[in-house]
Amino acid sequence: MNHLDKLEAQSIYILREAYREFKNICMLWSIGKDSTVLLWLARKAFFGHVPIPLIHIDTHYKIPEMIKYRDELALKWKLTMIYGENRHALEQKKTFPDGNVDRLTCCQLLKTEALKNTLSGKWKRYILDHETGKYVPDTSQTKYTGVIVGVRADEEGSRSKERYFSPRDKENDWDIGDQPPEFWNQFKTDFAPGTHIRIHPLLDWTELNIWEYIERENIPITSLYFDRGDGKRYRSLGCYPCTFPVESTAKNVREIIEELKSGKFAHIAERSGRAQDKDDGGGLETLRRGGYM
Amino acid sequence: MDSREQMNIVIVGHVDHGKSTVIGRLLADTGSLPEGKLESVKEYCKKNARPFEYAFLLDALKDEQAQGITIDTARCFFKTEKRDYIIIDAPGHIEFLKNMVTGASRAEAALLVIDAKEGIQENSKRHGYIVSMLGIRQVVVLVNKMDLIHFDKEVYQSIVTEFHEFLQKIHIEPLDFIPISAFNGDNIVNKSPNTPWYEGPTVLEQLDGFVNTKENRELPFRMPVQDIYKFTEEGDNRRIVAGTVLSGAIRIGDEVVFLPSNKRSVINSIEGFNVAPRNTAYADEAIGVTLTTQIYIRPGELMVKASEKQPSVSSRFRANIFWVGKASFVKNKNYKLKIGTMRIGVKLIEIHRIIDAAELNMDTFKDQVERHDVAECILETTKPIAFDVVSEISLTGRFVIVDNYEISGGGIILEQLPDADSSLHKHVREREFLWEKSFISPEQREAAYGHKAKFIVITSGSEGKEKEIQEIGRQLEEKLFQMKYKVYYLGVSSILYGLASESTVSYENREEHIRQIGELARILTDSGQIFITTVFNLDDYEAEKLKLLNQPNDIIVVNVGETPFNKFVPDANIGPDGAVEAVCDLLKRQEIILEYYI
Repeated sequence: MNHLDKLEAQSIYILREAYREFKNICMLWSIGKDSTVLLWLARKAFFGHVPIPLIHIDTHYKIPEMIKYRDELALKWKLTMIYGENRHALEQKKTFPDGNVDRLTCCQLLKTEALKNTLSGKWKRYILDHETGKYVPDTSQTKYTGVIVGVRADEEGSRSKERYFSPRDKENDWDIGDQPPEFWNQFKTDFAPGTHIRIHPLLDWTELNIWEYIERENIPITSLYFDRGDGKRYRSLGCYPCTFPVESTAKNVREIIEELKSGKFAHIAERSGRAQDKDDGGGLETLRRGGYM
Repeated sequence: MDSREQMNIVIVGHVDHGKSTVIGRLLADTGSLPEGKLESVKEYCKKNARPFEYAFLLDALKDEQAQGITIDTARCFFKTEKRDYIIIDAPGHIEFLKNMVTGASRAEAALLVIDAKEGIQENSKRHGYIVSMLGIRQVVVLVNKMDLIHFDKEVYQSIVTEFHEFLQKIHIEPLDFIPISAFNGDNIVNKSPNTPWYEGPTVLEQLDGFVNTKENRELPFRMPVQDIYKFTEEGDNRRIVAGTVLSGAIRIGDEVVFLPSNKRSVINSIEGFNVAPRNTAYADEAIGVTLTTQIYIRPGELMVKASEKQPSVSSRFRANIFWVGKASFVKNKNYKLKIGTMRIGVKLIEIHRIIDAAELNMDTFKDQVERHDVAECILETTKPIAFDVVSEISLTGRFVIVDNYEISGGGIILEQLPDADSSLHKHVREREFLWEKSFISPEQREAAYGHKAKFIVITSGSEGKEKEIQEIGRQLEEKLFQMKYKVYYLGVSSILYGLASESTVSYENREEHIRQIGELARILTDSGQIFITTVFNLDDYEAEKLKLLNQPNDIIVVNVGETPFNKFVPDANIGPDGAVEAVCDLLKRQEIILEYYI
């Protein structure tokens, strides 16, 4: 068994635990490489099926190719695909930089708030109709209380302290000082009513592992990660006003792996192109305590 | 495809003995830090007027920087020429013991850090003990802050001697002791000129010297059943038993046994997605299998090979546990045990001794296991479970205990104990002793009602027969009622409590509901009635349990269609057609109802 086999087996185990233990679970799909690997692992865990709905929070500032890629895969893999948004903030122009709020507030509104209210079913959700290929209002009132998320421990300090199964209270608060123990492969799967739970099957993966696995499994990945002729590529995907491509001529998965291993990115943090991480010294941690993924 | 070896290492030790500093130093000195990280932390310290410490690199969270202690387990990724490491920095403060155990339970090797000046402290010992309990065999002791004792060989030697003695008591034989100063970098990556008398490896050399635990392929095959899938989408009709193989290997055609239900079948296929077809699966793989026969098994059972050494099946065992719950572990309270994929009710029956891990004193007088205690005790589950004692297969001999939604303890099974006098037997004996006898005898009731009292349980092991047996139960009730018998059918249990469903209900709930039905049956049969209920897929243990709980009154178990039992012999096996008449015939034969009343 090599290291990718081990990581894969562990993630599958976690996904199956989540599916077994929680009724109203969904999986967040940001369209990025990590959550796409997560989606692939779900197909592995459930033998080609994805019995868990996928949720995408559309900030409407996403790079357009991302949405196209999302819908193509959703149709091809027969996914239960749902998206939500913060209509109010978008209409009121409470956005950054073209609107009237700062960067962290924009993140807070378009992502965290939108996510909270999409999961609870309070705000309108849209679901992909596989017959027409179009989104229609989601009539189900399901409150998703379990969310499977593709965060990795190596991304950033606060994420390195996560549990595989991590409870959040009603306000989605994360009590870092008092997290449940995880002994061997036993996770916290018993919850008082009203608790929300985040499940992190990719915690032990590194950025390099993700790319190695994409190569091995031949997972379709959006081409934004590759240099398409202008000497630039995205290393991490987000909203276009706050995510900057990096200088790189990696044109395919193999070249990305080489670049990560020995090339220029071997010692540069992956999220260095994500502006919200830097705004107050602990930007991502502040966001995450409030429910950001 | 590049395939580098990976290893999890945990760093443990008393608070402030410098664990985070060791890791920070390792990361910095081997160039494993992301560019700019060192500078940004130094900058942060300058801004906040604090001296820079290597520990800050890890204690990335604001909370921790303020308190100066590691609250949680931080993972950091680290590479040497030899392999990739995940280093788990476990908190040394006693309050965070559960986090320390969380970190340590994932590790293949442990670095135990001791402050040369403070010497061996409470948690140096406690952590040593827990590392031993978790089954980590590769332990290296780092004697840190050697600069504070001026790299004195004598002082160092005395610490080594004292700690070595302690570790031996708990069956840990450290691979090495290394004198270091993490703050100054002595013996971390490079040999230090300050310790010319030390000839062993540096910390980095030692890390690369650890061996990855051997794979568990040589052991008997064990796979806890995690779930049973039947995704019918697009004509998929596979019924897949899914789980992660803990040990051994399984091959198509192997005969397998599911425990504790004791059901048997043969492996038909090994399933997977985007993998080449294969005949064999090995330890550590997350797999799925299909079987040659349709048998009913539930998540939580242990799948083993019929031809290999069988695990223990028992509801009583002796175990070592460590307790991290806020509330103490007490007797006569219902807890939940999680072992493999099984979840089941458990009680603390007896405490043999409390081991004060810090001092290793035995305290036998405590009547409960308190937070941070380590204890040897006897536990009893509500139903027999399958396990191996840790000395044989550690992977199937470890468990956790859940108290009020929280994982509050963990443990290892040392010995199987006989089931004979379970607390259920004891309960029934006590109940019967205290039962208030009525002035009306059972015979008087029989005479008045014209029939004997009876508890009738209808079950079935055939797929999709849940509704059918409920219907039979209702019709039987109606027929007997029309014949003027005192009869009652309890249907709510099947619907309300989900006794009917085979895979979604946890063992724990099912056990509790079986118990409730049994107690109820005792009362209703005592009142002289014929009490009918249905329990889909009743197994051997559950049938015996109902029988026991209904004592001293009588029970009839009727099976419709395929039998769910292995050893238990039901009073009747009948087909679905004419089931009601068949049960009536049985009642007549047993003279429960009399012919001439009909």
